[in-house]
Amino acid sequence: MSDTLSKIEKRTAYILLLPAVFLVFSIILFPIFANVWISFKEVGLKDIRIPEPRAKKIVKSIKDSSDEIKIIYKLRNSSLILDIRDVKFQDKTPKNVEPVNLDERCQFKSNIINCNFGNWKAKYKENFQIILKNKKGEKINKKEIKSIKPKLSGKSDNILLNTNFTLKNFKKVFFQNEFFDLLMTTFYYTFFGTIGSIVFGILAAQLVNQKFFGRTFMRSILLFPYVGPVVALAYTWELLLDPYSGTLNNLLLNFQVIQEPLNLLGQKYLSINFFGFDLKLRLALTTVIIFEIWRYFPLAFLFILARLQAVPKELYEAADVDGAGPVQKFVSITLPQITAVISILFMIRFIWNFNKFEDIFLLTGGASGTRTLPINVYEQGFTISDIGMGSAVSIVIVALLLIFMFVYFRLLGKRADEN
Amino acid sequence: MKIRSLILYSFISSIFLFSVISIWKILSTLQGIDLKNFNFAIILSLGIGISLINLVIGDKLNNYIKSIVFASFFTLIDGFIIQNMPIWYNIGVFGIIIFYSFKIDKYNQKNLELEHSSQSVIFEFLTLFGIVLFSFVILFPFYMMIVTSFKTQAALLINPLDFSINFAQDIKELFKSYFVIFDTYKFGRYILISTFVSVGTVIITLIFAIPAAYAVARLNFFGKNFLSTSILIIYMFPAIVLVIPLYTVFSQLGLRNNVGGLLIVYTATTLPVAIYMLQGYFKSIPKELEEAAIMDKLNWFGIIIKIILPLSIPAISSVALYVFMIAWNEFLFSLMFLDNPNSFTLSRAIQYLSGDAETPRQYLMAGSVVVTIPVLFIFVYFEKYLVSGLTAGSVKG
Repeated sequence: MSDTLSKIEKRTAYILLLPAVFLVFSIILFPIFANVWISFKEVGLKDIRIPEPRAKKIVKSIKDSSDEIKIIYKLRNSSLILDIRDVKFQDKTPKNVEPVNLDERCQFKSNIINCNFGNWKAKYKENFQIILKNKKGEKINKKEIKSIKPKLSGKSDNILLNTNFTLKNFKKVFFQNEFFDLLMTTFYYTFFGTIGSIVFGILAAQLVNQKFFGRTFMRSILLFPYVGPVVALAYTWELLLDPYSGTLNNLLLNFQVIQEPLNLLGQKYLSINFFGFDLKLRLALTTVIIFEIWRYFPLAFLFILARLQAVPKELYEAADVDGAGPVQKFVSITLPQITAVISILFMIRFIWNFNKFEDIFLLTGGASGTRTLPINVYEQGFTISDIGMGSAVSIVIVALLLIFMFVYFRLLGKRADEN
Repeated sequence: MKIRSLILYSFISSIFLFSVISIWKILSTLQGIDLKNFNFAIILSLGIGISLINLVIGDKLNNYIKSIVFASFFTLIDGFIIQNMPIWYNIGVFGIIIFYSFKIDKYNQKNLELEHSSQSVIFEFLTLFGIVLFSFVILFPFYMMIVTSFKTQAALLINPLDFSINFAQDIKELFKSYFVIFDTYKFGRYILISTFVSVGTVIITLIFAIPAAYAVARLNFFGKNFLSTSILIIYMFPAIVLVIPLYTVFSQLGLRNNVGGLLIVYTATTLPVAIYMLQGYFKSIPKELEEAAIMDKLNWFGIIIKIILPLSIPAISSVALYVFMIAWNEFLFSLMFLDNPNSFTLSRAIQYLSGDAETPRQYLMAGSVVVTIPVLFIFVYFEKYLVSGLTAGSVKG
């Protein structure tokens, strides 16, 4: 009895899970494996279009004979790289009309012209001509003929499905793509963005954890950057930071904080004289990091606030009795209580910042030293139109990500063991 | 009285005063007032002066009288230094000093002798400082977004610092940018598409996620642990690594430039988090209810519809709102999949607008306001549900 019950339970579970698992598998897991496949291929953006046989129909009248008409089909293979095999052609003619001197590849039967064009090489082109004659000697209606569209079909290889593999993409990724620069930029962006958002998250949480007028209002406001659409926020910042008509630069100039406008998103380096040392600050990268902190510190804030509110009040009361000051309370009560949340936050934010695409793409498009790995995927795939390269960079991202996750789950496991 | 506490108290409070006054000056500048200087030294010494006099007076004077005296004094001097200011500017300064004197009122000579008094002073004023600064830094871009959408290109170029809006003008002139984006740029259509995609994503995600979450929460089957870890791991995978294969496959299948294709992708990417959030909640529903239902010969469909759903309304609404916000804000896939302006979502449409360097910025900002308002409205209105969802440990961004 219990055996059949558990069998039913299992079956039910699989039925309930199937739709979700299927969808996630096909849209998330399949592409990740497909990336591996594509990354070993030389594929450009234009190659992914399946080659099609095409025909453009041009109808011309013939001088001095209104019962005859000439049709020119401009035939071509849409692909510049791939052949099409077994091309078939079909076109209809009006009634009472028949072709004259029909090409030997074609047949005419009950108002239909059928042709068998065989194989078309890549870039194949041909001007194919048919002359039609009205059997009764009447005038042929040009418009009617024009309105009928020929049908073509053929077989072709899908470049994605053949088995030609190459290591070229990975060689390019590591040796011709300024890989080290990319990695360092990504690392700076990820690391400082993560640290910054956590630090400001702690500050904000500490703030809102106190009692003051308008506290719930404040909590809502603090989450605005996080819930707002990235497109709107990024463009607002872009206008705000514009070197000539941006508000920030004009404010700073107005109050004489700076003498010349700063191109915060368009300048790679800013030289700063710091006690006689010439320092070069990655200006655009710093701005992008600040935007990231602005946008994502609310998440850290929310997590830390939730944790802070769960800290027993008795701890603080006891500390008051012992005569501890605010700093001491923060260091010896608050901090130990939130270290667990902070380490989880660090890992989550690190992984997600590592993959951030939209923010940088919208602010700088990856220019002026803000090119990170995810931006590079887009650039390789869609700006340079090298799908294979784009996939190879994706694979590098996935590999690094798996390493991070391995570390993350190891740490998480250890923490679970300790508790 | 400790000297250190005294110095810290007067110094920190004056710095706070200076920053609030400076923010007020910045905001006033943006209303077209010509201010060129923060007058750091003067404001700071005035602040120190007021805080010290406050200590000397102590409780001898009523708090209200004291505040008004301080405020009038300060406003007079400030008005003397920067002349020809409109009256509202001075009223603002007056208000700030009233607020400031209330804040320093509780410090007196005794108070500063207490242990940790210097730390308390720092904490108190850092908190105030933090509140002011955080609000300013966060709200300013939103403020700018709204104001810019009501200005004209010419006004913006003549003086980028003039944020004042002329409410006296004709309503058609005032909302001109909005009329233009709806008339010329078809934003009405994009709103409909975005709404359709987001609501569609919510519905399909829930239809897929509720049964799956129920199975994970309640039923025993082979591979259950593996599945629950996979959900988390899959959730970590970024959209950017899915983009190229999805782009190629969708191009070949003709799913690009198709809202249906977008629906499939959004559903798949939000499913893991939806399942994760829901199964956590389903686990908290007492099992006894379902056991009774099994006795009544209800099948799993009946259990989900009649027992689980009614009890999980808060969790389901939280997931629904959350998924709606993800779908509404999503940008990368709409960039990759939509080339045809007839099938743009709002985000994609704004990005397309900005691609044309000729597009006046007020149109861009009007579009941004249109895409931002619904999300912020939903967020503020349903904040309770959303915050619990966000902290469920399952957030993407």
